[in-house]
Amino acid sequence: MSVLVFADSNDGKVVKSAFEAVTYGSKVASSTGGHCEVVTYGNVDNDQLTALGNYGATKVSVDRSVSDFDPNRLARLVGSQAEALGSDTIVIFSHDYTGKSVAPMAAAHLKAGLVAGAIDYPNTDGGFTVKKAVFSGEAFARFSITTGIEVISLLPNSISVEKGDGAAEVAEISPDLGDSRLRVKEVRTKGGDGILLTEAELVVSAGRGLKGPENWGMIEELAQELGAATACSRPVSDIGWRPHHEHVGQTGIAIRPNLYIAVGISGAIQHLAGVNGSKTIVVINTDPEAPFFKAADYGIVGDAFEVVPKLLSAVRNHKAALN
Amino acid sequence: MKILVLISKAPDTTTKISFTDGDTKFNDQGVQFVVNPYDEWYALVRALELKEANGGSVTILTVGDATNDPVIRKALAIGADGAVRIDAQPDDAYQVAYQIAEYAKDQNYDLILGGKETIDYNGGQVPGMVASLLNLPFVSNASKLDMSGNTATMERDIQGGVELVEVDTPFVLSAAKGMAEQRIPNMRGIMAARSKPLQVVPAAAVDGLTSVSSYELPPAKAEVRIVDADNPEELIDLLHNEAKMI
Repeated sequence: MSVLVFADSNDGKVVKSAFEAVTYGSKVASSTGGHCEVVTYGNVDNDQLTALGNYGATKVSVDRSVSDFDPNRLARLVGSQAEALGSDTIVIFSHDYTGKSVAPMAAAHLKAGLVAGAIDYPNTDGGFTVKKAVFSGEAFARFSITTGIEVISLLPNSISVEKGDGAAEVAEISPDLGDSRLRVKEVRTKGGDGILLTEAELVVSAGRGLKGPENWGMIEELAQELGAATACSRPVSDIGWRPHHEHVGQTGIAIRPNLYIAVGISGAIQHLAGVNGSKTIVVINTDPEAPFFKAADYGIVGDAFEVVPKLLSAVRNHKAALN
Repeated sequence: MKILVLISKAPDTTTKISFTDGDTKFNDQGVQFVVNPYDEWYALVRALELKEANGGSVTILTVGDATNDPVIRKALAIGADGAVRIDAQPDDAYQVAYQIAEYAKDQNYDLILGGKETIDYNGGQVPGMVASLLNLPFVSNASKLDMSGNTATMERDIQGGVELVEVDTPFVLSAAKGMAEQRIPNMRGIMAARSKPLQVVPAAAVDGLTSVSSYELPPAKAEVRIVDADNPEELIDLLHNEAKMI
């Protein structure tokens, strides 16, 4: 079967979640005896597109006439490429903000079944089933897709990126996508070299146990030393100590980093729902009865104001010893 | 302004999740259902705020059987003017979206709002599919929505930031945190909800495109390993040598 991967870019560069999606797509292609193509848009550099061959793509089609993130037009772009590849194509998105928006539109446009937020490769023995987390990470479900074209959006950080050697053929395309009815007036990126929370492999998060926004310096320092992103609990973002976009949990965002360090967060079920996909969880809390310890791999019972500075110097010593 | 808000019921967050029929069905025995928080806190409340500021009406729409009625009454108690329930038992998001699109296509809604995802299946598929089926513009993960005449200005979450976008009505939006604050229904609202119209509409014929073949619970978590607060070096050592995370 042919595989089509939608790859997003930012500022002329292919985003990290797209490397995961292309790795996933090319593995699916080789296990089903097909090839993996990529469709993308915008002003991404040509050498970046050729380099997607390193992740297994044979061909990259780019529509440079689309510059804005307009899900209606992008869904038509993906739809036209999928239809060109045939009625048994597998279409892969990353389940990042772009994919969450475009994949449902493309699936409805193609009248193809979608599994949104897959965490593993599809099982194609006598059918087509894909595993994803449900009930906010409390359980998993295997969804069966019953249409000729199957659409999957892959939860970021679910598989490891595999990079080899290869060069993809790059083709410029410009199918009819209709007029844009959406006007992008301004793009506000968080700027700097900060690590994106949704893409981060390591996350340091803190809650009410920190007692006030002025005490976040040590959390930011620890995160920086580890190369981690910072996050927070809901109460802390609700009272304005931290920005909304850092809120992880039921009503904020869900993340699944390799390592999640929670400082001064009790671990209410709503918070766990946003982080229970993390591979390793470390909890630092003064209360040994804090529910978060039940979900943790490692724990320290102690005062954040004493433990975090010590942990920071231990991280620095560890890094120095490695060098 | 005529606003449609898509409402789904979802098990309360504290529900102990279990399955029946050989792990092929969610066990809803004794489960407390709530209005899906993203639909309620963000989409519905913002719709009500826009109506209060600019006039118009807010209708809520649910696809499902009569077991949804208590949740519909709760959304009415928060302030919606009326409700529509499409009497279907959908298996997947496409069936839900198709029912909504069939109903909404000749109703001339200016705005169709839903939450960014439900807390049971976490797919976030329905609003985008509705937009596609109705050929309406779609703005996803919006954290802010303001109206000026027929033009909406929104902030939406993107990778690594926020975008300010403008769309003319009609369009479909999925709502994320930041759009509004939760409203607790008061006694007057709860009383009024009892007599508000709940129209039950027959379902259109449509097949699902996906189905759940099995459920499973995650493996039991091993006991937490507690490290002495005076010895964080041990934690670093474990994270490096055992967990291999740093």
